[in-house]
Order: sequence, then C-alpha cells, then structure tokens
Amino acid sequence: MSSAIQRDFRNDRLSILKDKALWIRRRSFQMVYEAQLGHPGGDFSAADILATLYFGVLRFDPLNPRDPKRDRFVMSKGHCTGAFYSVLAAAGYFPEAQLSTYMQAESKLNGHPNRNYLPGVETNTGPLGHGLPVATGIAIAGQMDGADFRTFVLTGDGELQEGSNWEAALTAGHRKLENLTVIIDRNRLQQGARTEETAALDPLDDKWRAFGWHVEIVDGHDYGQLYDVLSAPPTGRGRPLCIIANTIKGKGVSFMNDNVAWHHGVPNQAQFEQAMKELV
Amino acid sequence: MSAAASASGMFDCRDAFSSTLEDLAESDPRIVTVVSDSVGSSKLVNFRRRWPERIVNVGIAEQTVVAVGAGLANGGKVPFVSAASCFLTARALEQIKADVAYSNVNVKLVGQSSGIAYGELGPTHHSIEDIAWLRLFPNLTLIVPSDPWETEQAIRAAAAFDGPMFIRISRMPVPAIPRKALSFQIGRAEVLAEGGDLAIICNGTMVHRSLDAHRMLAEEGIRARVINMSTVNPLDEAAILDASATGAILTVEEHSVRGGLGGAVSEVVTANDPIPVRRMGFPGFLPTGSVEWLLDHYGLTAAGIAQNAKELVQRKRR
Repeated sequence: MSSAIQRDFRNDRLSILKDKALWIRRRSFQMVYEAQLGHPGGDFSAADILATLYFGVLRFDPLNPRDPKRDRFVMSKGHCTGAFYSVLAAAGYFPEAQLSTYMQAESKLNGHPNRNYLPGVETNTGPLGHGLPVATGIAIAGQMDGADFRTFVLTGDGELQEGSNWEAALTAGHRKLENLTVIIDRNRLQQGARTEETAALDPLDDKWRAFGWHVEIVDGHDYGQLYDVLSAPPTGRGRPLCIIANTIKGKGVSFMNDNVAWHHGVPNQAQFEQAMKELV
Repeated sequence: MSAAASASGMFDCRDAFSSTLEDLAESDPRIVTVVSDSVGSSKLVNFRRRWPERIVNVGIAEQTVVAVGAGLANGGKVPFVSAASCFLTARALEQIKADVAYSNVNVKLVGQSSGIAYGELGPTHHSIEDIAWLRLFPNLTLIVPSDPWETEQAIRAAAAFDGPMFIRISRMPVPAIPRKALSFQIGRAEVLAEGGDLAIICNGTMVHRSLDAHRMLAEEGIRARVINMSTVNPLDEAAILDASATGAILTVEEHSVRGGLGGAVSEVVTANDPIPVRRMGFPGFLPTGSVEWLLDHYGLTAAGIAQNAKELVQRKRR
C-alpha cells in the first residue's frame, strides 16, 4: 500500500471512529436517562477509547464471541456500562433494541457487565481493580501458547487506588507480557473528588515504568493518537504497554465536562434534551 | 504418594494432590498450575521441574493468583490455583466471588494446609472459616477429601468438571479410609459405617476419627452411622434426610462450628423435620497450641466424638 493510500485509509477510519463515538455518547445517555441510573460521566470519558478499540483495533467476530483467537477486551471500569453496552451493540454482539432494557428487572443489561448474560463480556466486573489481574491471566495464556491475540483492559484512574492492580502490574512486568495493554481513562475525577485530592496518582507514568511497563501518554479524545498507539504491533517491545489516556469526565456535554456531580448523576428531561442538542 | 508416608500408614494428602495432577497434566496440556510463592507448600516442586512453562508463580499476591487463574481459564487453560487456604480464601475472597464464581469460569482453587494444620502459628494461619464463606457462592463446588484416595478422585473430578471448584486439602497425616466400594461422585455422600442410633456427618481429617468413634460406640452398644460428606456444595440433602431418621445428627469438622458443614447440615434439618443436631468443630479464634493439642482440647478425637455422640443419644431419648 502506498503511503497516500495508507493516509486515506487512516482518515476514513478516523471518520468512522468519530461517528461511532458520537453514537455511543448519545445512545448511552439515552439509556441513563430512561433508566435514571448509570455513570454517564465515565461513559463519556471512555467513549472515544471504546470506539477506537471496537472499530479500529480489536479483532473479533460477534457471531463467534468465544473464538479462541479473538482479541480480548476487559472493561475493568465496569460501572460504565452505558458506553460499554452501547459499543457492544454497535459492534453487533446483540441487537440495539436490547439497550432499552438497561437495568430493568431481569434485563441482561445489569448495572455491571456479566459474561454469562451477554456475548462480548470477558469477565464480570464492577468491584474495582479486577480487570487488570484477570487480563494478565489471559495474556499469560496467550504467551504460553505463542498465540497472537492481544489483551486490552480499560481501567478508570481512581480505580488504580486498588492495590490489586499493582500486584498484577508487577506480575505482567515481570513476565514481559507485550501482548497486554492497559488503557487508563485518566479523567482525574473519582466518585467523590479529584484523584489528586483523594489519594494522588501522579507521577502515574513513572509508577508504571518502575513496574516494567512501556508507557505512552495520549489525548484520550484524539482519535488519531488513540488509533496509532493502539493499533501499533505490540511485538518487539518486550514489555506490557500502559496507555495513559488523558480524558475529560463528561466530555461532550457542556454542563457535564469535568464535573464530579456527573459520576453517577442522571439527567432530567431538560438536561437530556440539552445534551442531545450538543451531541451532534 | 511417597514411600515414607506409606510405610507409616499415614498420608499427607498433598502428595496425592500433586501426583494426581502430574498424572493428569501428562495427557492434558491445558492443565496449568498457579501459585503465590506456594510451590513447595503445594508439593509442586516436581510439577515445576517437569513443566516449568506450565506453572505461573505470581509471588505473594493472592488476589492476583485467583484473578490470573480466571484469566488463564478464559485463555483455554484448566488452571489449578494452589495456595495456603487461609490466605487464598480470605485475602482473595472478592476475586473468588467475582472473577471465579459469579463469572462462572473453569478454575480449580486448591486450599492447602487448611483447618488448623499450622497449629502453633495461630489464627492468622488457621483456615477454619473457609468453608463457611465459600459456601455462600451457589455455583462453587466445594470438596473436602478425607484421604489420599479421595483426594485423587476429587482432583480427577475437578479436571473433568467444567466449572468453578474449591478443593480443601490438609497437610495433617491421615490413614487410608477403609471402603467397601471405591466410587466417588461430586455431590454424593458416602455412608462408611451403618447405624441407626445417630448419624455422624463429617469430612476431611475428621472422617477416620469418626470411624474410630463408631467402633468405640459399638462396644457400648451404640450404633452410629458415619457419613462422609466430602462435597459440601452441592450438599447431598437426601443423605441428610435419611440420616435424620436416626433421630440425632452429630456433625464433625476441622472448621469453625459457625457456618461450615454443621451449619449446612442444620439448614437442611431445620427446613424439614427438626431433630437434635450437635456441631463439633472450633469455636472461633483459637489459643496457641500444637495440632494435637488443639484437636484434643476441642474434643476432635475419637474419644471426644464418641463422648459427644453418647450425650446426643441420651438427649434424644429424654
């Protein structure tokens, strides 16, 4: 492929990612509005990352969701099911209409994802600090078999206060799991306050480097940066990859941007309508 | 199992665990082991020598040892996660709940040196709560083998079974249990001795002691049925209801009297036709003492079990 064609391909891809991310934001906010439950601030900070993964990077077949060769994606910030279920529906794992059952009685769309309810969910998350350790195990299985699937895990940043992450980071670094990528949704807000006012994480990049990881820092709302860093082949690095994606909680809606109240705030009708006007 | 152990007539069930696992691993490349600096204490040194690439040592990190097990299962492996039961079950309880049981994945948790095997090391190292808290997860199969043969059967059954399982293995020496029929099935209790005056329901290291108690009671004309309830979940409710017909049940376990086998049996009994149930085990955090001293102090000996059985039969007759 000539470089001009590659450039066109990339630009076309980025255009798709933008459309998908917008759809995820609109659809997930509708879910939260209808359920009057959810975590929309974190849905929005993660939307561009999820769109890039599912429509630019991951190899998967929604009709064969347990294909041993699939790339794995683990949603460690399991409370952000608005965005996660939306991207799974958009990716073809289940019909979009099912999203309307979000958190209704006996819905398969529980507040936190369950692999036994929905295809595309690798492990049940919800309690924080569970995704990376499980993803580490998946990556070890791949390493043992010399398999070429990759394992990605998306964590919140406040979530990194859970010690289990650092146990797993130690093991992944020790075993040089270059097939493992953690993406940190670095929106700097946790449920009650800013991360740096609660239990400071910075210098976050140094921490991961000290655990034996290769670190990349990107704008978590820049499709080009996300696409390039996530789609680059993992081989030859000899280390697991940590992507610190700087994001904005509530990104995309003016009154939600960087506002801790929208961690699990839910919109009234006027707020919903305002958000839909802005999300275009 | 080692020749030295056989010569003494007493066995460390960890030997049966590791030799069986090695036997299975020869023919099933999916079998891997996951440990938290617990290679020697799990008797997996030989496994590591034979298959260094199939043992994952995450270091002293119980949350990760369980989660990595769940991840390996996702990647198509059959992981046996082996660590001291006290740390494996308490430190990693949320990983067992969310990553293994609720996620319903094919992970085999092996709680080593359970109960009071660590004697003098004290309550931090005793694991007399493990069955109580793991019993709360409905789909987590729980097996407490009584001797080397049953340990081997449990490990073979675990490898063949697709789903989460916990196997509790003691390092306390036990004899081979005499059996008329060698037939192991998950969820099926085993009547080891017949009797109609009361039923002794036990498992693990308490089985041979209960059989000795059965003989002592027989000399006094008391016929005690001895039931090996090696599977605590799913519980063999039919066997408990049959045992209720004797009019009295004594449960004996190397575990807290709160919420373990005794609690499980009591739940079944009270939901049906209540009869007296006495629960033998440990009361809670234990004082310093050797394994032998602790068992003796809390009556978990053949004589202690027989004495409790006699008292229970007398209560039944009042």
